[in-house]
Amino acid sequence: MKLITAILKPFKLEDVKNALQGAGITGMTVSEASGFGRQGGHTEVYRGAEYTVDLIPKVRLEVLVDDKDADSVVDVIVKAASTGSIGDGKVWTTPVDQVIRVRTGERGVDAI
Amino acid sequence: MEEAVINTGDTAWMLISTGLVVLMIPGLALFYGGMVRVKSVLNMMMMSFGALAVVFVLWIAFGFSMVFGDSVGGKGLIGDIGQFTFLNGLDNSTALIGTIPAAVFIAFQGIFAAITVALISGSIADRAKFGAWMVFAGIWATLVYFPVAHWVFAFDDFVAKTGGWIANDLGALDFAGGTAVHINAGAAGLALALILGKRVGFGKIPMRPHSLPLVMLGAALLWFGWFGFNAGSAVASNGTAGLALLNTIGATTAAVLSWLLVEKVRDGHATSLGAASGVVAGLVAITPACAAVNASGALIIGAVAGALCALSVGLKFKLGYDDSLDVVAVHLVGGIVGTIMIGFVGVDVGLFNGGGTDQLVKQAIGAGAVLAYSFIATLIIGKIVDLTIGFRITNDQELAGIDVAIHAERAYELTDNSQGSVLGFSKGA
Repeated sequence: MKLITAILKPFKLEDVKNALQGAGITGMTVSEASGFGRQGGHTEVYRGAEYTVDLIPKVRLEVLVDDKDADSVVDVIVKAASTGSIGDGKVWTTPVDQVIRVRTGERGVDAI
Repeated sequence: MEEAVINTGDTAWMLISTGLVVLMIPGLALFYGGMVRVKSVLNMMMMSFGALAVVFVLWIAFGFSMVFGDSVGGKGLIGDIGQFTFLNGLDNSTALIGTIPAAVFIAFQGIFAAITVALISGSIADRAKFGAWMVFAGIWATLVYFPVAHWVFAFDDFVAKTGGWIANDLGALDFAGGTAVHINAGAAGLALALILGKRVGFGKIPMRPHSLPLVMLGAALLWFGWFGFNAGSAVASNGTAGLALLNTIGATTAAVLSWLLVEKVRDGHATSLGAASGVVAGLVAITPACAAVNASGALIIGAVAGALCALSVGLKFKLGYDDSLDVVAVHLVGGIVGTIMIGFVGVDVGLFNGGGTDQLVKQAIGAGAVLAYSFIATLIIGKIVDLTIGFRITNDQELAGIDVAIHAERAYELTDNSQGSVLGFSKGA
């Protein structure tokens, strides 16, 4: 099994979520995140005092999938998240040892 | 004094005005509270509420008497503290001052004292011991506001026979407190910022306002309350109050435009904080002048104040004092602009209106006297408080946040995820 983690522009979340549901994904976890990459931060001004803001708001989307589905799901996310401009985010996968559904106790792929 | 007769129209307006000026306290608390970081918003707001509580109690005890009692020795420096101690004879339903109940006049003027003290707190955000602030508020009101308000607001033969030197001997015009309230608070803010020193990380780490909508809401409430402050200073429901009200809108809108224009040219952006600050700068500047100028004069005063105040906010970084929320740039500079410009655009008395330089000189003397007295007296009072009970919290407390360190509270609980357990409950009650 694999954990797919995607860092997205917040306004692309809706597109990515819809695309994943269209691809048959039935569950995901989304959290607010902040950070920076090549896009860098931005500048804010308060009464003439100029500040650079390094960390900009992103969302982190996490999906658990069977190994055989990982590549296609990653492709779905990347396609839906892309605007072509800097700051679109990143997607990566991590191997997962075990998954348990809390309600039923099912394990492994059955729990996804 | 003539035989006083109650006027119900005047009384109705002054009852409303008193309610309006009370609203300025939470208005200021929101205006200041939104500007600080999330870890110190409660302390910021508490300094306004605390100032109101301390100062109004002292006002009833002896403050009113020090301001509106007969001038001691006829010198115009301070009212007789013994004359109206605990409002001696005025706190009933029949005593009148002017054409309104004495009780209403006393309540109205008492809030002026409280708001002046509350204004100072903006210069020492995030770092003052609450107890020290409360002690300072009481001492400062007694030794600085009450005398200065006597100079400016106590007219001969209004409440008592003899009043203050600025109002009667000098003849400087200050309708609602450009000198007694704003120059006074601004100069005190500068002195106190110097006594307490800079916040940890001042000029190095960003100190962003945590909630600009709160700042905008606070500015709006201040503006609304200011109609009581300015138009209520007519102490009557008449044409003077009407003119003051009109000018309180005109100057303020002009100041918003000029503040935003300065920002757009200097920083590249017109900001909401700039608009809210422009509102307050305009209100401050028109305060002394609202009954002395016509509508065009008010627009000029507002425009000048908005621009000069906006240009003054950078001074603290250049000169290295941490006037955290710009009490100097907004209240001292705005108060000076309004007070001095009466000498230029005042109807009949202003230089541009054929009045010569006579009034201008009087205005400058009045402004200078209040500035100098307030600055020096505040330096001394602040230093004494600092040396005795200590004015600042520790650096660790400041870094952790004054709300939790001093008040044992946090402003916002936006999720239910904090966890924890109950330690105990207060005994008694």
